[in-house]
Amino acid sequence: MSTSTTTDSAARARDLLGVSGLTNRALAAWLHGLPGVDQVGCEARAAGLKTRSIKTDSKRWAIDLAISMIDLTTLEGADTPGKVRGLATRALVPDPSDPSTPSPAAVCVYGDMVAVAKETLGESGIGVAAVATAFPSGRASLEVKLADTREAVAAGADEIDMVIDRGAFLAGDYLTVYDQIVAVKDACTRADGSAARLKVIMETGELVTYDNVRRASWLSMLAGGDFIKTSTGKISPAATLPVTVVMLEAVRDWHALIGEMVGVKPAGGIRTSKDAISFLVAVHEIAGEDWLDNTWFRFGASSLLNDLILQRQRMSLGVYSGADYIADDAPSAY
Amino acid sequence: MPTFEYAPAPESRAVVDIPDSYRLWIGGEWVEGRGTPFPTINPATEETLSTVAEATAEDVDAAVRAARTAYTRIWSRMSGTDRGKYLFRIARIMQERARELAVLETLDNGKPIKETRDFDVPTAAAHFFYHAGWADKLEYAGLGSSPRPHGVVGQIIPWNFPLLMLAWKIAPALACGNTVVLKPAETTPLAALLFADICQQADLPPGVVNLVTGAGATGQAIVDHPGIDKIAFTGSTAVGKMIARSIAGSDKHATLELGGKAANVVFDDAPLDQAIEGIVGGIFFNQGQVCCAGSRVLAQENIVDDVVDRLKRRLETLRLGDPLDKNTDVGAINSERQLARITELSAVGEAEGAVRWDTGCPLPKNGFWFRPTLFTEVSQSHRIAQEEIFGPVLSVLTFRTPGEAVAKANNTPYGLSAGVWTEKGSRILWMADQLKAGVVWANTFNQFDPTSPFGGYKESGYGREGGRHGLAAYVRKGTQQ
Repeated sequence: MSTSTTTDSAARARDLLGVSGLTNRALAAWLHGLPGVDQVGCEARAAGLKTRSIKTDSKRWAIDLAISMIDLTTLEGADTPGKVRGLATRALVPDPSDPSTPSPAAVCVYGDMVAVAKETLGESGIGVAAVATAFPSGRASLEVKLADTREAVAAGADEIDMVIDRGAFLAGDYLTVYDQIVAVKDACTRADGSAARLKVIMETGELVTYDNVRRASWLSMLAGGDFIKTSTGKISPAATLPVTVVMLEAVRDWHALIGEMVGVKPAGGIRTSKDAISFLVAVHEIAGEDWLDNTWFRFGASSLLNDLILQRQRMSLGVYSGADYIADDAPSAY
Repeated sequence: MPTFEYAPAPESRAVVDIPDSYRLWIGGEWVEGRGTPFPTINPATEETLSTVAEATAEDVDAAVRAARTAYTRIWSRMSGTDRGKYLFRIARIMQERARELAVLETLDNGKPIKETRDFDVPTAAAHFFYHAGWADKLEYAGLGSSPRPHGVVGQIIPWNFPLLMLAWKIAPALACGNTVVLKPAETTPLAALLFADICQQADLPPGVVNLVTGAGATGQAIVDHPGIDKIAFTGSTAVGKMIARSIAGSDKHATLELGGKAANVVFDDAPLDQAIEGIVGGIFFNQGQVCCAGSRVLAQENIVDDVVDRLKRRLETLRLGDPLDKNTDVGAINSERQLARITELSAVGEAEGAVRWDTGCPLPKNGFWFRPTLFTEVSQSHRIAQEEIFGPVLSVLTFRTPGEAVAKANNTPYGLSAGVWTEKGSRILWMADQLKAGVVWANTFNQFDPTSPFGGYKESGYGREGGRHGLAAYVRKGTQQ
């Protein structure tokens, strides 16, 4: 099973690049042949999308959609089973005062907390995503990264959020980045042949330029990532709108080229409903309607849910409540 | 709601108070016009907004006399520092009343509120701020040690940017010590008339700015008036030529900012997604009713299909409709006459063999509307590639080499602006050197700043507006005696 997946993706990659063997030189030629991104123009486009005014029915719809797209996240050294249980319970009942509130898509935790989250979430349909591969730095051997992934999958993770080797990427060693993604993708396969969905974290804050973000996006898709994700949340800047615009362009163009959809997950720094709605506008106007679904778009966030619920309550009550009216199972310990 | 439909988000009209009728603003007072009053309508609904006085030659004479009096008795004697204070005051009031100006401009012109709010009004205020700063520094502008104003300046402005063109004209004129008789376009007089109110609020001395409304005859009266020292005109090349003919042999100075048929040149190494944005902004901003609009795309032949596919996909996301809605990207065409011209030239394009495509979006029932339209397989000899359409119509042509791109870009009677899209810096510099256009934008389009001179080559006119170069149009160079 595992060998055939590797072979398939390698064959497809060679086919796409039109080469007989995947080498750094072949990958560089392909990635560097992508159109460049003009920074000023890209940021202006993102700023333009931000000026969309989403009101009344559209806002109500967008808030519910945004809630359903959240990977409710806790990734702290101080995470305890109690905190993870609380977070998972929060995902089951996001707003005790209004049962019509949709649930987030998944709970995102470190690998050792997967079982705890899974136990609380049961068969609710809310997924468990685990960060793996020596998150967040990714500075470990491939063996360690794969073991990390396999353990999380074995513990019941539905999704794996891996980090790429940014050092290798910046050094121009695209083949290492590619090979690692392929290997981790392979490790996502369960004994029964099914597989956890793989989100590839590019840590765009460390890649810095939009050209790099575009290249890393294409490299991740080439290697078989099911999602491309901006950030770990541990590096600033994390998920900015212009970076997400570049990634949405990448999945749109990849779909036009290959006919396959890849998901996008901005993570880190998206805290308000207004921000979240700007991202949805970008999804709508750049990638298109097909991506407006939590199969294809996610927000990696912890506090965003609170603001979305606050706004949701305001829209049904007509007045703002306040932090004490939003049940919060994951307040900061500090 | 199965899809992401943006609910209407209209800006409120309540901030604007439009009286039933307007008079002329001469010598700091509202006076009756002697001509036949005419209506001004909202082109998005065809609703009459107000009735405006028509200024006859006699009225223009009164305005010129008021301007002359203000010039000799007050404005030319005032220190630059004091003139600057008035301009700063006007700029601040424009910012304070920005929402009112934006809504009024959208009502009278038909352009989307997001443009008036984010572009027209802020940029107009910026022009006053910028020129306010120059008022007491003219000796250091490189225009001689003692630059002197012309005196009374006659200014005639178009309907596509009613407030911004007013700012481009009035701010440098006043900063340099001239007084002004200005005629706004007959289809969009309301912004200028609200500006009169702003001048009053700023306590600008009477007669420094005079506003006369009317159509071609009123403009002709300004051009012909012997008391006018300089004409500044923005508008069509045909009218520009008439003006040049009228003032030939007189000692009137003139600056003319006329038509354009700009090319956006897209090389195969361009940042493609941003190039698409630039092309779309270049031709669909203000419904393409922009003299420097990028109405031609010159795409390198090896990427033209990709460019056209991307353009079409992007055009599908443009939202056409109520200009007051904050999510509207494409508003109404300014007048029935302009719509007829756009319709006619587009039909000619089709008849001549170019392939027409539009978004097929629904159009509102009332008002003047034209869908964003794209022509492919356009040849240099097609009329749509030569004539200024002044509407949301884009022609796509191709080129093979940089030399051919330059030749085709320059091959029009106009020379106002151009865009170059490439990641190669050396090519940008080479292209900028070769293109016969007053403005060349690199990897961007339609960027305006008061510090940057704007103006044309060939039939796009002469003289510059903005920056230090723009000041030169409003002074006589001189040296201290």
